[in-house]
Amino acid sequence: MSNTASQDILTEVRERLSAKVTQWDQISGRRVYIRIEKGDLLEVARYLFFEKGARFCTASGVDMRDAMEIVYHFSFDGIGCVLSMKVQIAKPALEVESLAQLFRAAEWVEREIHELLGITFLHHPNLKHLLLDDDWPEGDYPLRRYPNE
Amino acid sequence: MSKKIIPVGPYHPLQEEPEFFQLHVDGERVVDIDIIIGYNHRGIEKLCEMRTFDQVVFVVERICGICSISHPSASVNCIEDCARVTAPLRAQYIRMIIAELERIHSHMLWLGLAGHFIGYNTVFMWAWKYREIVLDIFERITGNRQSYAMFKPGGIRRDIKKEEVPKIINELGELERSLEMFRGAVLDDPVLHARLKGVGILTREDVITFSAVGPTARASGVAIDVRKDDPYFAYDKVDFDMIVTENGDVFDKVIVRVLEMFESVRIIKQGLTGMPDGPYDTPLKDMPPGEGVGRAEAPRGEVYHYLRSDGSNTPARYKVRAPSFMNVATNAVSAVGQSIADATLTLAAVDPCYCCTERMQAVDYKTRKKVYNWSDLVRLSQEKTQQLKKKF
Amino acid sequence: MSFLKKALTKSPWVFHLSTGSCNNCDIEIIDCLTPRFDVERFGVMLVGSIRHADIILITGSMNKKSVKRVKVLYEQAPRPCAVVACGTCSCGGHFFRDSYNTDTPVSKTIPVDVYIPGCPPKPEALIAGIVKALGKLDEKRKNR
Repeated sequence: MSNTASQDILTEVRERLSAKVTQWDQISGRRVYIRIEKGDLLEVARYLFFEKGARFCTASGVDMRDAMEIVYHFSFDGIGCVLSMKVQIAKPALEVESLAQLFRAAEWVEREIHELLGITFLHHPNLKHLLLDDDWPEGDYPLRRYPNE
Repeated sequence: MSKKIIPVGPYHPLQEEPEFFQLHVDGERVVDIDIIIGYNHRGIEKLCEMRTFDQVVFVVERICGICSISHPSASVNCIEDCARVTAPLRAQYIRMIIAELERIHSHMLWLGLAGHFIGYNTVFMWAWKYREIVLDIFERITGNRQSYAMFKPGGIRRDIKKEEVPKIINELGELERSLEMFRGAVLDDPVLHARLKGVGILTREDVITFSAVGPTARASGVAIDVRKDDPYFAYDKVDFDMIVTENGDVFDKVIVRVLEMFESVRIIKQGLTGMPDGPYDTPLKDMPPGEGVGRAEAPRGEVYHYLRSDGSNTPARYKVRAPSFMNVATNAVSAVGQSIADATLTLAAVDPCYCCTERMQAVDYKTRKKVYNWSDLVRLSQEKTQQLKKKF
Repeated sequence: MSFLKKALTKSPWVFHLSTGSCNNCDIEIIDCLTPRFDVERFGVMLVGSIRHADIILITGSMNKKSVKRVKVLYEQAPRPCAVVACGTCSCGGHFFRDSYNTDTPVSKTIPVDVYIPGCPPKPEALIAGIVKALGKLDEKRKNR
């Protein structure tokens, strides 16, 4: 699709979310990184997924030493753009609302983050082990970069 | 009637990675399904964080052997996106050719196994026989039948020699003739129509809520294809069609894959003739701190890689999302409501998730008595085909 | 008995067990059965249950979740049986030796008789490995 159409949609998203987005980095028409507050997560995700029809690609957790950051990736397939939405969760209370309440695609993704990084997703329908063995030691999260802090 | 549980997995005689399905059945109907994965989890993301950007491509190549170039594709896209470099055009063309050759061999492989599941072992043998043509091309141009180690950030490792081109085009012609035979075999066979139509329907709404990708989504009328939506490599320079069908049943998934192979042949031919001369590698020097996203359309759907770099020579975080991760979950809706004979097929139709087991047993929940084992279930599926055959 | 022994050695039934592999080796094993290589004409047959197997072809890097199941499966195998480790992952661990979720190499969990390195080994190599396993199997039968 042409660049202008892509820009139109992104401008619309940006205006609509202007109250929520604390940081908007547009690298190009194909890559946008935004940062939002933890409390706005459900609302923004609902807007992107249901109103704008963005496809939920995946989410990845990143250990930032004093906080965990979850990056939710949404794809606007019509314009070939990926919007990555970052949410910071301060340690040690690693809790965030689950997106699986909105769409089932997030179910497995969140289970994976839960077991590999130890983030608890509130109101998740089935937050048990996905990849690791059921008797994997409690509190051992393999993807944490700073496990002892 | 009492509810029974059929464990499917985690080991299957024929092939593919271990996965574990528990089918809850009521008589012949599947009423619920539990999907248990993780028998294949090897900690690739962590391993990537221990390695340099050059090595990451080798690591992700070992995620999957069937589509062993799709992860490197996403990976080089991702690393180049983060480093803000682009590979030379010739490299992009060769990457595209390799990726499409792989799509053919992967779809052939699936077609063969699907044939086995419904009792058409001839299709199984034929598909795997003609698949060897592709593997031979691979062996000549990359040096290995699988795990080609062809891609690197900034380019490719080996060039395709000029004298190879006519040979490959010649072999593609041979391949096309066998594909034509498959198309006929699928489209004209009334037994296949009866056996596969209306089985394991995945609706458009389910595709969207599960965010399914690739042929699984396209068979349900959701037109997404990274090659079209967010063109990488040289896909914006060649002409091809996205195959989309409406019904979302197993038959449509077969059709999408069969027709996609023809498109792949088209792309490869255009690629081989349109390939410009020039360098095929640019050295990648520094990796700035930042982020990158890489996507590629694997035979099974969109591969998604996310990279965060802190400026060192290893990634700070490397996230890999394979298409199957989204697609396997759809079995939770598409297999429910089917008969057991159809469930094996439905589970197989998504592609990676073969009902991998050596002991697929129907266990009576209370008495723990064995009712079916796996071979009985394949037999059930095959018998149903036989019955249909007699009808026609 | 000697006739039975001879027949068993001539037509080994193999069982394929993936312990968390990338599928490459697994595909090449199936590939041995299909028209290009067609080992079935020598009497080599892939069986669905380990209880029928003479040779176990094991692939992959021994995922921690699989370990328990692989042990159970190995105990179910009839004796004598030969274990063949196919591919670099199961032989020595490949780079998966660094992973948190693998228990490489396979020989730590169950005894291995024949190693076939390669990533993936070519079908020719696999066939050669199976032939070597036949020798091992013969030895084991004699020593019983």
